[in-house]
Formats: sequence, C-alpha cells, structure tokens
Amino acid sequence: MNYTFHWYPAFKLLPKMLIGSITTIEVAFLSILFGIIIAAILAIAKNSKNKIFSSFASTWIEISRNTPALYQIYMAYFGLGTFGIYVGSFGALLIGITFNNAGYLAEIFRGGLRAIPSTQMKTARSLGMNFIQSFIYIIFPQLFRIVFHSIANQTVWAILMTSLGVIVGMNSDLMGVTNELNSLSFRTFEYFLLAAILYYLITKLFLGSAFLINLKLFRY
Amino acid sequence: MNFMSEFSLNDFLYMTKGLGVSITLTLWAVFFGTLMGIIFGFVRSVVGFFLNFIIGSILDIFRSVPLLIQLILANALSAILKFGYSPFQISCIVLAVYTSSYVSETVRSGLLSVPIPFRRSSRSLGLTYFQTLKEIIFPLALRVSFPSWVGITLGVFKDTSLVLWIGIIELLKSSQIIITRTQEPLLILSIAGILYFTVSFCFTRVTGMIEKKWEKYEL
Repeated sequence: MNYTFHWYPAFKLLPKMLIGSITTIEVAFLSILFGIIIAAILAIAKNSKNKIFSSFASTWIEISRNTPALYQIYMAYFGLGTFGIYVGSFGALLIGITFNNAGYLAEIFRGGLRAIPSTQMKTARSLGMNFIQSFIYIIFPQLFRIVFHSIANQTVWAILMTSLGVIVGMNSDLMGVTNELNSLSFRTFEYFLLAAILYYLITKLFLGSAFLINLKLFRY
Repeated sequence: MNFMSEFSLNDFLYMTKGLGVSITLTLWAVFFGTLMGIIFGFVRSVVGFFLNFIIGSILDIFRSVPLLIQLILANALSAILKFGYSPFQISCIVLAVYTSSYVSETVRSGLLSVPIPFRRSSRSLGLTYFQTLKEIIFPLALRVSFPSWVGITLGVFKDTSLVLWIGIIELLKSSQIIITRTQEPLLILSIAGILYFTVSFCFTRVTGMIEKKWEKYEL
C-alpha cells in the first residue's frame, strides 16, 4: 500500500463541515415538522369515510413507501419542472424527504390511533368538545406518547436521507460540502470518513436528546 | 431539424435492464446479508451482555451513517488498498453488511421472543441442543422475524438506487440517461416509479401469502 493518508487538511476543513451539518439538521427537522403535519392529515383522511380523501391518502402512502427516497427527490427536481415549477436542490431535497416522511409517519400515526380506544373520542365529544378540540386535547397527547419512539427513529432516517441531496446538486449540507471539498483535493477517504463520523455524532446526539425528552415528558 | 428523439421501446428495454441490475444487487445483498445477520443475531442472543454490546454497537454504525457515504468509503478504500473490486462487487458487499445489521436485530428479537420453557421442554423430551434450535426455536422465531425481514428486503431494494453514485447503471440512472436525451422527465420517471412500485408490490403480496399460510400454525 503506497497511499499516504492526509488527515491534517481534512481536520482543517472541519469548521466548514460543521456549518454544513447545521444545514443538514435544518433540512431534517423541517422535513420532519412538515411531515408530521401532513401525516396527521393523511392519517385522518385515510380513516375517513369519504372515498376521495381516503384514496388520496392511500395513494400518497403507497407511493412514498414503495419507491426509493432518491426517486422522490428526482421527481421533485426533474418531474416538477414539467408543470413549470422549478425548485432548487434545497427545495427538491426538502420536498422529496417531506413526501417520504409524511407517508411513513402516516402509517405510524395510523398504528398509534388504532391503539387508542374509540371510546376516548366518544367521551370527549359527549363532554361537549368538538372534533378538533377532542383531537388536540384528548387524542393527540395519548397518541404522541405511543408514537414518540417511532418519530425519533424516523427523524434519524430523515437525517441520513438528507445526504441524498448531493445527487441533485445540493452543496450546502454536510454531504454537499464534503463532496465539494473532495472535488478540490480528491482526498476522498479522509473527507468522507470525517463526514461519516459527523453523521454518526449527529444521529447519536439526536437520539440521546430524544431519550432525555422521553424521560422528561413521560415520567408519569 | 429535431435533435431530440421520442421515448421508444428500446428505451423501455434499457430501463428494464436497469431494473434487472437493481434486482440482482438486491438478491445478492439480501442473500449474504441475511446469512450474516442470522449468524450475528444468533451469536448476539447467546453471548453475555458485554460482547452483545460490542457487536451491537459495531453493527449500529452501519445504521447511523448514510448508505451513500458507506458506498463512497468502501469504493475509496478498495482503490487505496488495490483490491480491484468492481463497483458492483463493492455495492454488493456494502449492501450486504448494511442488510446484516438490520437482520441481526430482527433475528435476535425473534429468537428472544421464543419462551424459555419451550427450550427446556424440548430438551427434556430428549432433543439435543442443535435439534432444539433446528426443530423448535428457529421455526418459531422465523414467524416472528419474517414480517420485518420483508420490510428490510424492500428497504434494501429501494436503497439500491444509491449505487448510481459509484457508477452502476441501475434503474434510476438508466432513466436519468434517457431523460437527458428525450427531455421528458415526468413520463420517464413515472415509468421508473411504476417499475419500482410493481416489484415492491408483488413482493409484498407474495410474502403476505406466505404469512397467511403460516397463520394456521400460530401458537
């Protein structure tokens, strides 16, 4: 083996990578946030008796779960152009991951909703709350407890999925920054190993804080 | 003069060829990944806490680092060490290790889900340790782990789309190549999506039938 590893230049670029990591975390959290909102709507729509709503929701869920995340990002990047909507790589990444997250989270929510007895809703309604109120005050807190762990896992997925943005030309997140630096010096192994460690740390930090939140929120 | 050409049957055949590459990759990765996963999972369900923790955290690395980076690192490492593996072999290896880290988890939980009295009673009926494993524990654990194994396989099939980064022409890359020529992204991506969807859907249906068949043997 006559290849010498150059770790020093890689470490010197660590600050740039850290700034990239912030973008990565930003995209992941935005996509999870939008994903949760859309997924809640999809979960309710899928359980509704209205044929149009439920078939729309199941189409969304099936497509997002049965095609690759990268395909969904491609669809946002290349496919939306056909309708005259041009999103940049950031937009395409966000749309693609949000679409994906929404589908997966909707299934998680549906599983969670099934675990809550229907009498809860009926009781809340008979106490005079309307549908929205009983959902927000009665169903949602119980649902949140059940699905918290799955949402944390899905967020880890989202963080890892943000690395796909580089394929559609994203250059501001951790993967994109690393790739751009790599194209300057071709120290592929060193740079990407550093990026891998950063990704590992981000996911572990996130899971650690999720665990702490879990202790704090669900101590009863 | 028109330089763009229409989407033709040949392009579709080219895409199905890409789909073939995706499926071949999945088959190899899942085959070796499941084998390794069963071994790791079995070892993890037998050994003590400390060793279990070490194996678990090593396998956990493959789940906490983006697959794309794993592929790039493996590709770079193979070039540095002059292994001379083709990109296809590298992606098979990476995907297999990735699969095994997931499979080991489900195998372990499947094995642990079999109640201890089952082992004891089968041993007391005169079966040896390996007979107990083969005839009692594995069939019961299989029924628990199978649904998540199906999920993992589908996930790997979808994740094969990432290998385009290290230069393999699979379904998504082949559609991208055709898009560059015909400039009809929506049509071609829709076809690619339908292909992905069909394969996943058929696989879920077939495995769902197997699960149904096993249902009557439920405890």
